[in-house]
Amino acid sequence: MPAFPVAAAEAVGDARLRGNLRHATHTIRDKRARAVAELPDWPELRAAGAAVKDRTLRHLDHYLERLERAVTAAGGHVHWAADAAEANRIVTALVLATGEREVVKVKSMVTQEIGLNAALAEAGIRADETDLAELIVQLGDDLPSHILVPAIHRNRGEIRDIFRDRMADRGRPAPEGLTDDPADLAEAARLHLRRKFLDAKVGVSGANFMVAETGTMVVVESEGNGRMCLTLPETLISVVGIEKVVPTWRDLEIFLQLLPRSSTAERMNPYTSMWTGTTDEDGPRAFHLVLLDNGRSDALADTVGRQALRCIRCSACLNVCPVYERAGGHAYGSAYPGPIGAILTPQLRGVTSELDASLPYASSLCGACYEVCPVAIDIPEVLVHLRERVVRGGEVTVRGTRTVIRPAGGHAAERAAMRAARWVFDHPGVLRAGQRLAARTRRLAPRRRLPGPGRAWTDTRDLPPVPAEPFRDWWRRSRGEGSGR
Amino acid sequence: MRVALFITCVNDALYPRTGRAVVALLERLGVRVEFPMDQSCCGQPQYNTGYRHETEPLVRRFARAFAGYDHVVTPSGSCAAMVRDNYPRIGARAAAEGRGGGLAGAVAAVAPRTLELTEFLVDVLGVTDVGASYPHTVTYHPTCHGLRALGLGDRPRRLLRAVRGLELVDLPGAEECCGFGGTFAVKNAAVSAAMGADKARHIIGTGAAAVCTVDNSCQTHIGGTLSRLGSTVRPVHLAEILASTEKEPW
Repeated sequence: MPAFPVAAAEAVGDARLRGNLRHATHTIRDKRARAVAELPDWPELRAAGAAVKDRTLRHLDHYLERLERAVTAAGGHVHWAADAAEANRIVTALVLATGEREVVKVKSMVTQEIGLNAALAEAGIRADETDLAELIVQLGDDLPSHILVPAIHRNRGEIRDIFRDRMADRGRPAPEGLTDDPADLAEAARLHLRRKFLDAKVGVSGANFMVAETGTMVVVESEGNGRMCLTLPETLISVVGIEKVVPTWRDLEIFLQLLPRSSTAERMNPYTSMWTGTTDEDGPRAFHLVLLDNGRSDALADTVGRQALRCIRCSACLNVCPVYERAGGHAYGSAYPGPIGAILTPQLRGVTSELDASLPYASSLCGACYEVCPVAIDIPEVLVHLRERVVRGGEVTVRGTRTVIRPAGGHAAERAAMRAARWVFDHPGVLRAGQRLAARTRRLAPRRRLPGPGRAWTDTRDLPPVPAEPFRDWWRRSRGEGSGR
Repeated sequence: MRVALFITCVNDALYPRTGRAVVALLERLGVRVEFPMDQSCCGQPQYNTGYRHETEPLVRRFARAFAGYDHVVTPSGSCAAMVRDNYPRIGARAAAEGRGGGLAGAVAAVAPRTLELTEFLVDVLGVTDVGASYPHTVTYHPTCHGLRALGLGDRPRRLLRAVRGLELVDLPGAEECCGFGGTFAVKNAAVSAAMGADKARHIIGTGAAAVCTVDNSCQTHIGGTLSRLGSTVRPVHLAEILASTEKEPW
């Protein structure tokens, strides 16, 4: 993957993509604002959500062990996966052990994160996505570009073409004469998916929340496909990030208000499925929970960055982000695009690749993401913190071990410039001499073509003219040296 | 009441008119303004790009230059936010890393008393009608740090609405970032330019003669984009509108 600015520049030039994104994000953001405004205690709910998550993260070991005991007591099996490869190995072995070669999937960010579908395919297992947007992405050999609406970058016409051309490859073909009417598209998906739900012996899901006290998994969704996948198969395998645990059922009350209003702008999501281990003669016979770390405990070791682990994947930050709106989700190069991806991915994967080192800079620090975040993650603060990691290196935790990393490459000239600027600004005499020189030679100053890194500025913008006299010279001339200190 | 003006490096070098407007306005309202010559840049460009350590000497300088004033007033929402929001963080982290040297204490003494101009006018002086006259159509862009970091709310608009002859027109998508973002404008030039172009189009669409903000760094980006698009809409700092009177148009 190229660095963010390169991929983003390409997306900016794609007028259709920009149009699709703009329309979708503005529609959702306006609806979210109205849904949130309905609750007079939203600020208190938001603070409570942040506090519950923070407390749980501080005692994560305790709550995970409690969860494991409860899941086991309810007849489930708990597996611990340190990274993506281990999680994929565990899930693959569990599916193979059932003798099945097909699984149905509930939309899940974490299985995108670890690349589960590709790992299953290598073992000869076909995983079918059942969420409408995930289905569109899968049929199109594409990648999701939004947390909530993975196919946000596609319009109706494109979706019709994907269904018409590709559905037959993975099961029931699209109906003859399919139009781009949303109801027709939904019906085509319904027909395509129905047989899969009824035939499936193995289901794979994530979970929005895990309740430690009872070992209960919670999935929140809108289409009902999740409910089908969670209840019809004989074996259910849930892959869940360790940060998704909450202590008690009472805590859920907060998040079941925060999440739907922030994500789909609904008062309540249509389907909330909860399951605890296995139950005789109802639901799956076998339940496996794969608890995934994959960089999360390293992020937890960072006192500034760990707040990113509060995230409940609502995607409100994406929908208000002016950078996401122009760059699209693919430019972020991970399952987590937008502002949350810009702070989560460099913590989960480190900042060694060019792409990951560029993500903390994929923001103008406008603060709109922080304003809408239902668990009050101060995304701008974490972005600046991670920028420091990129340019300075320093102590971080990698796979549980404290280690010192070097600055990412390519910042030497910038660092020299920043140090020079600091020196000048810390020597007002030098600063004043420079300002005077600029004022005297101001007619020579270019307004339309700067050399070096400044060229990016003058490609699309004019520079302001340099004034004849800096402010401090005017002050000294009109007020005299003595009126300052 | 001892009041110091923090002019900011951008205004000092590129927008001295704004600084002179702040002085004229405050003196007209009976405030004696002092200008500590030791002041420099607040360090925002360095800090926001990831150079926290390089910012510390500038934080120290600010705390020293502005010690002992009742209020430090600045015509820049983003610099005020840098001082109020980030200086305490920088002081605390320096102390945690054993390089404190009293920085946290010095910051605590000065950061809460540092106010953006409209906060000083409305909250401290208690005025919204400053006796200004500016007979033009104006649209207002609430800059991100003023809007979200400082929570200026409707203070700037209340001040503008009280100006004689000024017609305030709504800006569509007003609360969206203009795309400047300091080094963001250079590091992510394509996205920054696209954001700037959308903002400029909205501004031109209002038919206003001037676009007003409380931050000249955003004005550099907005004005530069408007200029390149051949627009005649003038970027103007709120202080310059408030300084303008019938007798002495600014």
